[in-house]
Amino acid sequence: MYGLTIAQARKKLDNKEISAVELTKASLQRLQSLDKKLNAFLTVTEETALESAKKADERIKNGDSTPLLGIPFSLKDMYLTKGIRTTAGSKVLEDYIPQYSSTVVEKLETAGAVLIGKNNQDAWAHGSSGENSDFGSTTNPWNTELVPGGSSSGPAVAVAAGIAPFSMGTDTGGSIRQPAALTNIVGLKPTYGRVSRYGTIAMASSFDTMGHFTKTVEDSAMVLSVTAGKDAKDATSSPKPIDAYTKDIDTSIKGLKIGMPKEYFIDGMDEKVKEATMSAIKKLEELGAEIVEISLPHTQYAIDIYYVLQTAEVSSNLARYDGIRYGNTREFFGDEAKRRIMLGTFVLAHGYYDAYYKRAMKIRTLIKQDFEKAFEKVDVIATPASPTTAWKIGEKVDDPLAMYLSDVFTVTGNVAGIPGLSVPAGFVKNLPVGMQLLGPMFGEKLLFQVGRQYELATKWYEKEPNL
Amino acid sequence: MVRKGAKFMNTFDKLSARYTPVIGLEVHVELNTKSKMFCECDNNWFGAKPNTHTCPVCLGLPGALPVPNKKAIEGCIKIGMALGCDIPLISKFDRKNYFYPDLAKGYQISQYDQPFSEHGSITLSSGKKIGITRAHMEEDTGKLMHETVNGQHVSLIDFNRSGSPLVEIVTEPDFESAEEVKEYLQKLRAIVRYLGVADGDMEKGGMRLEPNISLRAEDQKELPNYKVEVKNINSFNFVVDAIEYEIKRHTEALEKGETPKQETRGWDEDQHRTISQRSKEEAADYRYFPEPDIPPFVWTKEYLDGLRKELPELPDAKKGRFVEQYGLTNYNADLLTRTDAMSRYFEEVVKIGKEQLVDAKTIANTIINKKIDTETVLPAELVKSIVALSQVSGVSDEELQTVLKTVLTHNEKSVADYKAGKTNAIMFLVGQAMRELKGKAKADTVRTELEKLLS
Amino acid sequence: MTTIDVKHIAKLAELPLTQEEEKKFKKQLSAILEHIEKLSSVDISQVAETSQVTGLENVDREDSASASFSQEEATSQAKIKHNGLFEVPVILEEAVE
Repeated sequence: MYGLTIAQARKKLDNKEISAVELTKASLQRLQSLDKKLNAFLTVTEETALESAKKADERIKNGDSTPLLGIPFSLKDMYLTKGIRTTAGSKVLEDYIPQYSSTVVEKLETAGAVLIGKNNQDAWAHGSSGENSDFGSTTNPWNTELVPGGSSSGPAVAVAAGIAPFSMGTDTGGSIRQPAALTNIVGLKPTYGRVSRYGTIAMASSFDTMGHFTKTVEDSAMVLSVTAGKDAKDATSSPKPIDAYTKDIDTSIKGLKIGMPKEYFIDGMDEKVKEATMSAIKKLEELGAEIVEISLPHTQYAIDIYYVLQTAEVSSNLARYDGIRYGNTREFFGDEAKRRIMLGTFVLAHGYYDAYYKRAMKIRTLIKQDFEKAFEKVDVIATPASPTTAWKIGEKVDDPLAMYLSDVFTVTGNVAGIPGLSVPAGFVKNLPVGMQLLGPMFGEKLLFQVGRQYELATKWYEKEPNL
Repeated sequence: MVRKGAKFMNTFDKLSARYTPVIGLEVHVELNTKSKMFCECDNNWFGAKPNTHTCPVCLGLPGALPVPNKKAIEGCIKIGMALGCDIPLISKFDRKNYFYPDLAKGYQISQYDQPFSEHGSITLSSGKKIGITRAHMEEDTGKLMHETVNGQHVSLIDFNRSGSPLVEIVTEPDFESAEEVKEYLQKLRAIVRYLGVADGDMEKGGMRLEPNISLRAEDQKELPNYKVEVKNINSFNFVVDAIEYEIKRHTEALEKGETPKQETRGWDEDQHRTISQRSKEEAADYRYFPEPDIPPFVWTKEYLDGLRKELPELPDAKKGRFVEQYGLTNYNADLLTRTDAMSRYFEEVVKIGKEQLVDAKTIANTIINKKIDTETVLPAELVKSIVALSQVSGVSDEELQTVLKTVLTHNEKSVADYKAGKTNAIMFLVGQAMRELKGKAKADTVRTELEKLLS
Repeated sequence: MTTIDVKHIAKLAELPLTQEEEKKFKKQLSAILEHIEKLSSVDISQVAETSQVTGLENVDREDSASASFSQEEATSQAKIKHNGLFEVPVILEEAVE
């Protein structure tokens, strides 16, 4: 009963083929049998899961069939859950029990989704491999000697391994799209401001977005329909009405213009990944889209300005962890957090602000403008989601710069604030490759349409890892 | 001993004449909004049980986000307007990063380069203008208490105050004496109270004062190359004391050829002196950057005009009007406009008094000289007592008897009528007597006295 | 090339670092800063700053109060507390004379 998509599970629940309690138990069983190998969960909430599954069954019995009702899911440990330990993958919060829940969690609870546990992740969402977790690396279900990508390592693996039909991650520089690509699942980074950040541990506030992992694009649209919307508690959340994301998802993409930016197909990236992405784009052409070569000239600066602005915000956001009101003292920060706090403190320091921070904010404008100009010409942009497939655990841990560069194709989306969807796009040497679709601000609906048409034509998502 | 002291004082006087104090002031005014600056916690926490007015936002819990209080921002802008500041059309919040146990988030949300208001002034009674650099919005910190628990010296933190709205008002280094600072503070407090945006209650820490002091030699044009800041003083008198203490201390140092150390000091009430706290050399590097959690503010002229229309008549304007309209002395007008409540009371009494021919000057004098408690004495009662007071105290018994006898002598017919039983005739006599007395006695008294004389 | 005063920065950031960490970070951060150097070649003379991407303005809330945490909730996660207050080792802000 595991490995179902949300749409499949929904049908079975509504047909009374299965109950939410049965579905939840199956999820929990799969979790227990695999997690020694995968290390994707930090906390399992079996008891409360079964309680909410029971409540969901009541609601289903009464004819309620809202999309996520009775569907098991898991959360990156960045999402605060009242009364349930929330660690951010760090020893600093090893025993922190939040006094409140994040807005996204409240929305999912109201929708009747069933929380089965909290996922492992790179501590504080710093990383691209999952190795920065203070609770051990998560492994890739496609080859457990490899990293699953990060920082939303655990949530990606929970879905890729068929434990939960969906999971919530956070994406600040690619932390959803990249692990999705490395594990053959769908990852959505919504437009900045589309989903409330309230109650989710901040990494870099002007880049953080709350997104999710699913097996299919259709499922992804269903989840966003629940999580999106203005939140009075998040001043940066958008009052723009939310689209009907699942509507028109089955419409042909004939005539849509898809941009292929030359800066994303560069020397130095894995040739096979490049080829796989090219053939995925070819597929879009076969489906009737027009492929347009475009240029995003300031792409090369994105990683650099990201490591100025992001670390500055990190240094400030992590200042509250002083061990006084909750959690442990600052000695408990791991290497990567310390490194980012140091770099961020440095770029903001007296005498350096103009040269680094201010300059980076200006180049951020240029990158944003690159996209604005591009979207005057094309509807959607298609790129590789990651320059490589999954790599060996330990391979890059001593080279932070190399690790930072693995975000090179995804970070631009966070710099500009635009939405990005990573969809399975084939395999290289039996390892998954992802294609990234980027859209204009609040263009999620369009991304779902293109992604859905592509997945229906290729069915890569049906391929499952051998576990 | 006496001789020695006297000699020292003489020297000191001579020395201080050679230096001019250069004083600037930062004032933190706590706004009296219902809720805190960035969260919905009740802002009325004074005297409450510790840590009972906190939430994820003001406790700096992970994931919490600030949403600014509209009323507080308007309060800040109104203060800026009342101080004659420019209100820039674009403003934003910034993060001021530093570590202190009472600062929940490890940064304070404040305003750095685009405050809500800047470039204003307050004019002192001497006509001197004190320049106001800026009035910006920020949030308060929690409160630290130092105690001994189980034999250990510890600090305890209450976050009830954390996140309360504060307006920081910074002046140019324009003051030259402690008296000027005191007058400025009185005016500033009157303004924020008139606006109704703050209570300015010193006991509750509603205004916290930080003077910075240095001395400039007589022949020196530029500002001194050092500055001593005295932190967090909560009384106008202590500010005066601290400034005077510092002036004396600096004078002595300079005279010895030393430059006072650039540093932050605290005011010790008990020892009546300032004490060094931390050297400015290792001053914090606040690493300001734009607050990513709060979008910027862009005002329209219409919006600002609307706020400006909400401003009440302010103390200086009202004082001018009192002099002009009621013919009050500057001194009295000043006293009567120190608080909005007092000025309103005065005008209320004037309005009622007018019907009884009591003039505004008499009312002003009465309120001031008799120290009328405006909260217990109703305006109408005050008018009544003024009328009574003036009539009874206006004439001596002797004078009254003389006048009455004269009236009886000059109005024999009426006296005869009265004695013949036409009691109404007494009213004519009372009228005559009142005219002679020019209203200096009460009619009742006159009538009683006349009846006595006629019986 | 910018050099980074690791000790000073660590102090500002209130990060207790071992000598070994100081050495390691100095090397790693210098490498990152070197990579960032290329930003100085971008012409930004005519460019405005982007500090956030929402395009929103004037987001605020009405001045109304709602319930707060109880004292127990507020202090429930503190390692050290005393009588409903958070406790830390004594903060020296008194005389240093």
